[in-house]
Amino acid sequence: MQVIAEGISHVYGPLPVLEGVDLRVREGEVLAVIGPSGCGKSTLLSILGGLLRPTEGRVLLQGKAPDGCLNPLTFVFQDFALLPWRSVAGNVALVLEHHRLSPREREARVQEALARTGLEDFAAALPKQLSGGMRQRVGIARALAVQPAVLLLDEPLSALDAQTRELLMEDFEALWMREKTTAVYVTHNLSEALRLADRVAVFSRRPGRLKEVVEIPIARGKRANPQAQAELVALHERLWGLIRLEAQSAVSELEDG
Amino acid sequence: MAEALQELRFRGGGFAPGRKRWAALVFFVLLIGLWQMAGTRGWVSPLFLPSPAAIASALYAEAIQGNLWTHLVASLQRVALGWLVGTLAGLALGLAMGLFTLARSVGVPLVSAFFPIPKIALLPLFILWFGIGEASKLVTIGMGVFFPTVVAAYSGVDAVPRNLVRMAQSFGVPYYAIIWKIVLPGAMATIVAGFRITVSMALILVVAAEMIGAEYGLGAFIISAGHLMMTDRLLGGVVCLSILGLLAGVAITLLERRLLHWR
Repeated sequence: MQVIAEGISHVYGPLPVLEGVDLRVREGEVLAVIGPSGCGKSTLLSILGGLLRPTEGRVLLQGKAPDGCLNPLTFVFQDFALLPWRSVAGNVALVLEHHRLSPREREARVQEALARTGLEDFAAALPKQLSGGMRQRVGIARALAVQPAVLLLDEPLSALDAQTRELLMEDFEALWMREKTTAVYVTHNLSEALRLADRVAVFSRRPGRLKEVVEIPIARGKRANPQAQAELVALHERLWGLIRLEAQSAVSELEDG
Repeated sequence: MAEALQELRFRGGGFAPGRKRWAALVFFVLLIGLWQMAGTRGWVSPLFLPSPAAIASALYAEAIQGNLWTHLVASLQRVALGWLVGTLAGLALGLAMGLFTLARSVGVPLVSAFFPIPKIALLPLFILWFGIGEASKLVTIGMGVFFPTVVAAYSGVDAVPRNLVRMAQSFGVPYYAIIWKIVLPGAMATIVAGFRITVSMALILVVAAEMIGAEYGLGAFIISAGHLMMTDRLLGGVVCLSILGLLAGVAITLLERRLLHWR
């Protein structure tokens, strides 16, 4: 399934956040969205996922969701958004309960999602008993349980420590090597984008405009190879060059308040 | 020459009060003992402050005669019914105010205007409207319970993290299921905390209403004992109220443990 944003602009009250964004998320790709703080990355994701109505423009979907898909556009949230009163399995089951599934099928989906995220032994645990990384795994398991056509990930690693981030990045890499789930990955971390994405959409400071879409021409599985390092460093420099001035201006703007 | 070694002074203690059950028990026993001694030794007149033994004896006599149960049951029925009706109505309006713009727009100024009125001040009006019988007392208790419940319910809904609601919306969870599975459990802590206030409110109002116009009930029992200068009976009634309040608190704690076990 492809997601196409056409002429998206958005304002919060008097504050313009996004301006004239045209973007196509291709089927099976991971598109990272980067830009300085406050450039409207998360707003764009909410618009792409139908949680926010844009002031101008529209979002189109092209293609069919895969068999078994219960929620074509599925979010993974920065703050995990887990119900503290439900167990790990209960949180995953929540998003299946309103679908017409037999209890056996629902249970099978929950178990499969927990197995894919290494949470089988924590099914009965409450979120408060888990570390930040484990909580985000529950968020990912919940998303996988509905077999999404497009994953919308809103800075999924930014609330985590460096080691947990590394482990979860490995999980994401494995997921996208195994299956070609289309994904939009909002991040402010260039290294994350370079490691996980097929293309990187670079946004200007507020109001966010799409500056450039940069292809990463190295297969995801080969980016750890020594031969790829020089090219990745060059890409990092290029991306940083694109957002450096924007980030500086955004910081000065925030400081001026 | 090497400098002398000094052990680091610990500075991180205090500001972490705990709870010792034995301390409460010992203090309670000492207080009752001192009170009993004051009565036995004649330090205070039994007319003004009868001893704990005299109060227990008066209560026992009332219980044996059956009077105490009649008064107790009458009060309990009024509290239970008034609290239940006030709570259900308060929850309905409070949840509506938490969820719907129109209900909030109308409800907030209404609650702000009526909440501060001491409900006992309205009892004479309710007696005019509903008569001196049960209805006026129940309405007074119900009104006293209603407004704090409204405030607790809509504050509880407001306190539900919006990211949870957005998460559910993003997965297509239907509106009614979001209310049932997210908003209500999320608001429950505030609602149950409100119960503690409303149960105390119901007890205060039942006593006040019964003192004004009732044949039976703990308020009537206490006021008639006061008129007859029977302070042992009067304080016996007060002890009953204290025990009722204590039991209600225990019941709410058990409810909290059941509904909020995840905290």
